[in-house]
Amino acid sequence: MIERNFPARADQLEAVQTFITDQIKDSPFSKRTLFQIRVAVEEIFINIASYAYRSSEGEAVVRCGVEHDRLGILIQFLDRGKPFNPLLKKDADITLPAQERDIGGLGILMVKKAMDNVEYRYENGQNILTMRKTIERSE
Amino acid sequence: MTIVKKQEGAALTIYLEGRLDTSTAPQLDAEVENLDGVTKLVLDMKKLVYLSSAGLRSILSLQKRMSRQGSMVVRNVCDVIMEVFEMTGFTDILTIE
Repeated sequence: MIERNFPARADQLEAVQTFITDQIKDSPFSKRTLFQIRVAVEEIFINIASYAYRSSEGEAVVRCGVEHDRLGILIQFLDRGKPFNPLLKKDADITLPAQERDIGGLGILMVKKAMDNVEYRYENGQNILTMRKTIERSE
Repeated sequence: MTIVKKQEGAALTIYLEGRLDTSTAPQLDAEVENLDGVTKLVLDMKKLVYLSSAGLRSILSLQKRMSRQGSMVVRNVCDVIMEVFEMTGFTDILTIE
């Protein structure tokens, strides 16, 4: 698994996406899987950039590993911001009519649907979010 | 992302090209700040390759506004973006052609 530190700021999103893409570009992921990974990475990183450190500067560690034996990818986000489990956030209600829909909760819902497995834990002063996705091979 | 607007009378077509995400959604929000007199809005996604929840928020807000002053249609949606609309229930609130 390879890791890199990024300032926890929204303007780092492209750099984080490039870092992840570089790790998996030689793997046989389908366009659909790559899209889903990109969405999940954006939602989690922006969450950290927006809420973890409030007004102070902080860092996010991003880890990425391709598990060749299990044909999957593992991505981990670590930050030392306030303890926060995004998975406990209420999912957006996607059954309401447009006028009653709230704009919150969509991001984490997309992460849950895009990835096969998402786990959160708080350990040694760090928020650790781990997500896995099984490879869907490109044809 | 590139946003091109084409207006014909009360009908406005917005062509979205590239990625609609956290970085670019404010660009779309700014482009549609003034929709006075627009009763039909078309969002053309033929060249849109990526959409995240930030983009969905902008689209939802547009849909809410257009429901009050006319109608909105989304067209030329590619497979992966259609999947985003499906997983978030947007297929139920948008008119997709």
